[in-house]
Amino acid sequence: MEITQISVFLENRKGRLNELCSLLGKNEVNIMALTVADTETFGVLRMVVDKPEKALALLKENGFTARRTSVLAVEVGNDPGDLAKIVRIFDENDANVEYMYAFAQTITDKALLVFKIEDFEHGKKILLENGVTLISMNEISS
Amino acid sequence: MKTLQSGRLAALTKYIYNNSPFYHELLDRDGIAPESIQSIDDIVRLPFTTKNDMRDNYPFSLFSTPLNQIGEIHVSSGTTGNPTVTGYTREDLALWSTVVARCLGCAGAKPGDMIQIAYGYGLFTGGLGLHYGALEMGLTILPMSAGQTKRQLKLMQDFKPRILACTPSYALSMAEQAIQDGIDPRESSLEIGIFGAEPCSESMRAEIEDKWNILAADIYGLSEIIGPGVAQECTHKDGLHIFSDVFYPEIINPDTGSPVPEGEDGELVITTLTKTGSPLIRYRTRDIVSMTSETCKCGRTSPRISKIKGRTDDMLIIRGINVFPSQIEHVLLGIEETEPHYQLIVSRRENGLDEIEIQVEITPDVFSDEIKQLERLEGKIKAEMASVLSLSAKVRLVEPGTIERSMGKAKRVIDNRPSQ
Repeated sequence: MEITQISVFLENRKGRLNELCSLLGKNEVNIMALTVADTETFGVLRMVVDKPEKALALLKENGFTARRTSVLAVEVGNDPGDLAKIVRIFDENDANVEYMYAFAQTITDKALLVFKIEDFEHGKKILLENGVTLISMNEISS
Repeated sequence: MKTLQSGRLAALTKYIYNNSPFYHELLDRDGIAPESIQSIDDIVRLPFTTKNDMRDNYPFSLFSTPLNQIGEIHVSSGTTGNPTVTGYTREDLALWSTVVARCLGCAGAKPGDMIQIAYGYGLFTGGLGLHYGALEMGLTILPMSAGQTKRQLKLMQDFKPRILACTPSYALSMAEQAIQDGIDPRESSLEIGIFGAEPCSESMRAEIEDKWNILAADIYGLSEIIGPGVAQECTHKDGLHIFSDVFYPEIINPDTGSPVPEGEDGELVITTLTKTGSPLIRYRTRDIVSMTSETCKCGRTSPRISKIKGRTDDMLIIRGINVFPSQIEHVLLGIEETEPHYQLIVSRRENGLDEIEIQVEITPDVFSDEIKQLERLEGKIKAEMASVLSLSAKVRLVEPGTIERSMGKAKRVIDNRPSQ
């Protein structure tokens, strides 16, 4: 019911993102969703991958500062208003979304939404109560 | 001169022995009878005083006068822990006025000239030191203090001072602002600049002289001795005249403590021959200079010291403020409880002002997934630095292992400023 997201600290330095992607690619870790949040001097890369434990170990071995975070992932139809339905649930139940990112999948024609909720358990509970299907790690690791 | 110095040293030795508990103990420890110091040549028998002594005796134990006889107190930043405190009796304040007046005269000031003092006023000795000297000499004082550059320029245009006193970097920064505002600094009323509190290379001097069309003369001093007024360049700009009748200079090998031959580089050591509040004997300035006793082209016979060529410690001077890497380490230790890897990058901006960037390696322990947490960490480091260093520093979080390590030890300071 929960997804392991990997966050990596990235300096705003040329080639750094490439190094990271090449490392994962070379070791057959597939990135399912990815977002980079940046400030003037540094960035935080967040991603959902199919083999999180392997990815973490690889990153650490190669000098990246990385950590795992539990997030909620939801699959929604790729149609107008689908995202709003989910966000409204959080809003009406006072769940604070720290950040989120979305990914349109070409194979299933659905969109993958990834949410970081301040109170993870509360977020999970309200989504389930509202009949939203959460993606599990197994589905991603396929 | 030697007779005068000898008499003063003999009197000083007795005075501190009788009045300063610190020196009483120090001379007893070394088995030196104060009466045995008769000539200035005997000075080599006296022990050195260090910045650590000042710190250990914080705040007033080094003073030779009860506190109620002290007229003014100045404080400079310490390394870690306590700052250094200097107490001035009324006689010391009169001495300060005299020596700074000498500096002003040396640089070509005349009674009746107007001086714009753009050194900070307050615990820092720059502002008040120049103020007292200018008062003594009969100048018209514009006590601007540092900052408010546009206002400085406005009053400079309206009042037409002949002399500007500030840090060399601020002089450049003011010129930059003037040009931006469409004022030609070369057309200003200024003729003389008295610049100190931080090193000024010959190329920086040339730039200031060119931008302002003035004569730029170096002033030297340190708050432990008196503040500005220890030595001053004359219009020939060939070394700084040190007022050896009151501040007796020695140049020593910092490792052995022995004097170096004339003209060679060594650490400047100063004895305050006539101070009464917090006199110091053989104070190790940690500034590396050379000294000559040849008579200057201006006719003055006082010894002259070179510009500061380096430091015996790792102190940096940034915008006139003393910064020790250990202070920064101390702050970082306080924040994260683990020893972080850090590096200081010092550079000079185009407007002449120095800036300092502190790069801190992020550790897995402090790495948060949330940007706001990381920004909070940056902000916290920045705020702590500002309160400890009285200086705003840029803080930049970097990835582990990115800070260059030589022989396993991280290189703490990268100074990209043009060499002195």
